[in-house]
Amino acid sequence: MIKKGILLLLLVGFVAIIGSLLINFTGSNELNPLARYYAENGPAEVGAANLVTAVVVTYRGFDTLGEVTILFIAAAIVGFFLKVMNADNGRPNKLRKTSEILETASTLLVPTIFMLGVYIFVNGHLTPGGGFQGGAVIATGVMMIILAQPTSRFNHKLISVLESVSGVGFVAMGILGLILASGFLNNAFLPLGKLGSLLSAGAIPIIYVFIGIKVGSELTGILDSLKENQNEI
Amino acid sequence: MSLILAIFLGVVILVLAVTAIYHKNTKVAIIATGAVGLFASVLYLLLAAPDVALTEASIGSGLSTIIFFYVLNKIRHSND
Repeated sequence: MIKKGILLLLLVGFVAIIGSLLINFTGSNELNPLARYYAENGPAEVGAANLVTAVVVTYRGFDTLGEVTILFIAAAIVGFFLKVMNADNGRPNKLRKTSEILETASTLLVPTIFMLGVYIFVNGHLTPGGGFQGGAVIATGVMMIILAQPTSRFNHKLISVLESVSGVGFVAMGILGLILASGFLNNAFLPLGKLGSLLSAGAIPIIYVFIGIKVGSELTGILDSLKENQNEI
Repeated sequence: MSLILAIFLGVVILVLAVTAIYHKNTKVAIIATGAVGLFASVLYLLLAAPDVALTEASIGSGLSTIIFFYVLNKIRHSND
């Protein structure tokens, strides 16, 4: 009884707090000072036509490095635990045959999906999307390969080499910015170019290619280690 | 028009989310979770967030669904 009363009291408190926030909320027609700074100085300082990318990769580049690190640790933990349990191997994999439609469609769709992923991260500084989105799309293509041909195997060495090289490349770009320009992950050590062209925004395209490859190979690694562990108990 | 579509998508997402929680069959629940991601990505697109829509479409409805199925398969094996 007392427990229920306390719960009710908590709920009423929540409603009071959130309700007062909701009632007093008024949408603002102008940007706050920080957003205005980004909108006014972003094109000149960073040179990226997509302002979200300018914030994500340059102004808040350190956050992106942290996110990539979190994803890396998650992929490493999944790989570690599934590999430890991966004791016996070579047992025949009894799988149902995949349908004709899926197999045929995957031969057409997989290259298209890969190309879309590469397009998304190469054009990250011009159009919506970027390294994370492109990498996730590439991993979706890998997922389709696994669905269509469950017996296919991936080259673990290639995946881990790609992941390491792109991670080191991302940090190296940051350090180059520290040495040649004003700060860590500053993109201005390469020419900014013309706003809106493919080779513009300094180092952002290079950084996004690294992030895209890294995210794609990490998600592929997670999928692959889950797949390899399916036929064991 | 887009407001009506957004409300419709929101209702569909809610129905699918409740299905995912309460359905007896785990496979149906996983499919419903994936469909939540799919409809949510369309909703994000309507709300002018194409970056988030891309992520949600590939991770929310693609990768996480297949990971759930892998884990379900593994749990079933160890329960036998």
